[in-house]
Amino acid sequence: MGKIRHIIIKEIRHILRDPRSLSIAILMPIMMTFLYGYAINLDIKNIRLGVLDYDRTHESRDLAGRFFNSGYFVKALAEPDMADPERVLKTGKAHAVLTIEPGLAKALTDGSEYQLGMLIDGADANTSAAAAGYSNVILYQFIKEKMPPGIKLPGVSIAQEILYNPDLKSSHFFVPGLIAVILMMISALLTSMTIARENETGTMEQLLTAPVKPRHIIIGKVVPYIGLAVLDGVLVLLFAVFNFGVPFIGSSLLLFAFGIIYVIAALSLGILISTIFRTQQQAMMMAQLLTILPSVMLSGFIFEIKNMPIILQYVSYLIPARFFLLIIRGIMLKGSGIAVLWPQAAALVLITLILLSVAAKRFKIRIG
Amino acid sequence: MMSEPAVIIEKLTRKFGDFTAVDAIDLTVERGEIFGFLGANGAGKTTAIRMLCGLLLPTSGNGTVNGFDIYRENEKIKRSIGYMSQKFSLYGDLTGRENLNFYGSVYCLPECDRKERIAEIIESLDLSSFIDRPSGSLPVGWRQRLALGAAILHKPAILFLDEPTGGVDPVFRRRFWEILYRLADQGTTLFVTTHYMDEAEFCRRISIMHRGHIIEVGSPRELVARYHQPDLQETFISLISKQAANG
Repeated sequence: MGKIRHIIIKEIRHILRDPRSLSIAILMPIMMTFLYGYAINLDIKNIRLGVLDYDRTHESRDLAGRFFNSGYFVKALAEPDMADPERVLKTGKAHAVLTIEPGLAKALTDGSEYQLGMLIDGADANTSAAAAGYSNVILYQFIKEKMPPGIKLPGVSIAQEILYNPDLKSSHFFVPGLIAVILMMISALLTSMTIARENETGTMEQLLTAPVKPRHIIIGKVVPYIGLAVLDGVLVLLFAVFNFGVPFIGSSLLLFAFGIIYVIAALSLGILISTIFRTQQQAMMMAQLLTILPSVMLSGFIFEIKNMPIILQYVSYLIPARFFLLIIRGIMLKGSGIAVLWPQAAALVLITLILLSVAAKRFKIRIG
Repeated sequence: MMSEPAVIIEKLTRKFGDFTAVDAIDLTVERGEIFGFLGANGAGKTTAIRMLCGLLLPTSGNGTVNGFDIYRENEKIKRSIGYMSQKFSLYGDLTGRENLNFYGSVYCLPECDRKERIAEIIESLDLSSFIDRPSGSLPVGWRQRLALGAAILHKPAILFLDEPTGGVDPVFRRRFWEILYRLADQGTTLFVTTHYMDEAEFCRRISIMHRGHIIEVGSPRELVARYHQPDLQETFISLISKQAANG
């Protein structure tokens, strides 16, 4: 124990005496948060919408008004030009046309069958998906307010219900995920580099001639980086909540506990990388390749896992960020508890054990 | 215990794939002697030392260091030896004192003993003028003295030195050897590899290694006489070229 403590102290000295690396470790996460939070804004606004109101009641005008007041839609054309909605889409004068047939007001009071028509230009997949999503939410809220409780509208089908991020802000979705990416990157990158550095300079060999076990060296070396990762995580989290207004509904203690498990998984990956790649440069390249790319592309951070090819869906089970993403979004946006999230935490523990046992084996091979 | 040789190795072999770096060498090093381990680059000296220090497992053969088995009693060996390589392998961003303190704790010296011992080392190795500077910025000769200090902090019975004076100027080399002689006088066994024949002359006995084999062992004077050469340098060169000619 005493030896580990001294290795920790030594490692903290290394970190503090290298202000450039330290400032990268602290500034980079903040820069990334800015970038993802502001620059990569996937919110789609100003969708041109035409409304054909054949109902001409108070209710139909209310519904149309809700679309334009949502901030996502703007009025496309004056009504007389819209006799042929398909033509309007073809000429690109509108992204979507909403048709309100007569009978809406009646259907709202007696629950009779009724269907709204919405034609969306699918050429721009992002915009059309957003238009469909936004209109579903607007419609859902409209019906919920107008309908007497217990009565359903059989004719109006609402394909999806968007909960948890009702204002559909992409920063709410991105920033928690960003914490997952940043923690993975910082932890794996810095650990693999600090171990590779000792291999490269020969200090590891010198240390191994002393009566100290390799596992003590490794533990002593990575513990300070757990602290650094936690610091980064807290910084980005504060930034997310106070700057982007991302809600934090669940337990911060639970997030902290699961966050530590995730960081240890990431450190284990870094340790494994350093047992395979001998120089700092190789370790850095591999750590970046093995953390940033999969954590961003395959974890569900940007792209939904269920839309991926089936092989990639299986691959995603190997990526720690996949599990932590569910944990952090669950805790922050939905207030999920341990009862819901324990399988994710268990998966992280399993991944950690696998990574560490492979790393330990490789470390022995090197000496033997 | 003290009468038992410091190092005994029998048929010690290490292969890397098809390449045999060390091929069935036998060697005995007595306690308190300065033993020179000579050979051309790639002869297998470093591989042999690494096996003795527990950094590398032998492929076959037996050996004891300080009476401890090199397969089974690795931890005990590590406690009783010091190791210093040609490459400076202390932490360049830490000061000399921090490096010594760190190694003192790794060797489990209690806090108060550690301070005392470090003061003693600084005094006897004359490190005081640069002990509080980052060690990476020191000239090579000073760094090597500091590295020696770290290697003898725990008073090892055997000190392995792998080309300790590589890249050091003659004045520093001379001073370094004065320190080594003092250690030997105090009873430390020194196992030294070197390229410098003037240093080999300082050794009580030397072995000459070539392509994984030990081809000669003896005192420098014996070897010079045996091969009728003017000095050790010529003896070494004629031995190695004869071996090379024989294939």
